[in-house]
Amino acid sequence: MGIYEEIAWNKRKSYLLIFLFMVFVILIGFIVGFFYGSTYFGIGLALIIGIIYFLISYYGGASAILTMTKAKEATKPKYTHLINTVEGLAIAAGLSKPPKVYVIEDTALNAFATGRDPEHSAITVTTGLLDKLDRLELEGVIAHEMSHIKNFDIRVMMLAAVMVGMTVLLSDFLLRSFLWGRRGRSRDSGQLSIIFILVGIALAILAPLVGEAIKLAISRKREYLADASGALLTRYPKGLADALKKIKEDPDPLVDHANKATAHLFISTPFRKSKKSFMKNLFSTHPPINDRIKKLEGM
Amino acid sequence: MVATWLIIVIIAVIVLFVVYIYNSLIKLRVRVKNAWAQIDVQLKRRYDLIPNLVSAVKGYMKHEKGVLEEVTKARTSLMSGSTKEKAKASNQITDALKSIFAVAENYPNLKANENFMQLQEELSGTESKIAYARQFYNDSVMAFNEGIQVFPKNFFAKIFGFHQEDFFGAEEKEKKNVKVEF
Repeated sequence: MGIYEEIAWNKRKSYLLIFLFMVFVILIGFIVGFFYGSTYFGIGLALIIGIIYFLISYYGGASAILTMTKAKEATKPKYTHLINTVEGLAIAAGLSKPPKVYVIEDTALNAFATGRDPEHSAITVTTGLLDKLDRLELEGVIAHEMSHIKNFDIRVMMLAAVMVGMTVLLSDFLLRSFLWGRRGRSRDSGQLSIIFILVGIALAILAPLVGEAIKLAISRKREYLADASGALLTRYPKGLADALKKIKEDPDPLVDHANKATAHLFISTPFRKSKKSFMKNLFSTHPPINDRIKKLEGM
Repeated sequence: MVATWLIIVIIAVIVLFVVYIYNSLIKLRVRVKNAWAQIDVQLKRRYDLIPNLVSAVKGYMKHEKGVLEEVTKARTSLMSGSTKEKAKASNQITDALKSIFAVAENYPNLKANENFMQLQEELSGTESKIAYARQFYNDSVMAFNEGIQVFPKNFFAKIFGFHQEDFFGAEEKEKKNVKVEF
């Protein structure tokens, strides 16, 4: 597929996934509400909790991440080339303001982008990456991160994280309501209630897992999209392909201060590599590196 | 009575449709203007950096007057003119700068000079930014030119006076020189 088609296709799929998510959450809210006697109450509660949760992570998110990973702001003259690269690609992307630039002291090769919108964004790079990549490869990586910012991926991922969080909370509610046997002014027969309980329990257990899997699917789609958009910025997909090859060969991808909460933001999984398997893929935040390289070289 | 209401609704729909088309064309054109302004910003930055480069280099490259003059001359013709003229002047400066940096390879003392290295990095960064700004400008022009040519927007484009914009492209001279001889 050409670059433009990739981008359009990925955007459509992401919106579909988010839509499915919202349906899921409302469904759970509905069932919880049913058992507490009012479905409107259930949905309303779900939405209120979600909004509060969202606001806190939305406005506090970026600075928390930068602190957690011990990133330091990059300055000239030491990081002149890096800063110029970021500013140049911001111009190519048509952003009104270039993202801030941060550096992490770590031999691992990795990078990530933060920020809820282009006006409040930042790109962070490890010193290992700066040492090992040449100019074209660095541009490829920065273009990838710039695309995450431009495509509002970070905001999408925050949204997805909130959905999953809400799903977990509500599933919890649901399970508790069964354990304590509290039901609303139910006019149902005994059999119907039992069916409902079984469905409810199944949902409560599966929902967080499905939610997490959906969130990771969105994350993977967005990675492909960022690869494609980045290639469009540099008009040189080989740059990122070569960079990914080097990143793949990195014997120590572990970034010391990364953890599960921040993993999806990095350009490549910041944890030790393990053999490929279907389950691992399903729950991985990033698509397999070889697939990404293949797609880029095929553009 | 129903007929009058129907006519009003139809007129309202048409008006909204025209407003929508006009606004979308305006947005595309504004993006083109902003993209052009960004090129100007980077051209100006290069314009400002060049005297610094010339003075840093003059002391070391006493016998390379030709190259330095080339760059200074190209610089003065940069800040005025139409899109096409600016594109031409910009390309001339890029070439002149390339010559300076190529010649500088023969002067190891100059190459090791901190100030020169910083200037080289800044100018190189600015050249990249000019290239990116051009790319974004051309992308915006393409979107706009396409926008005013597709049906049905092309009718309204003519009525409202939207005209195609110029691309910021390669020199005409460069294009003409490609002749294949057998």
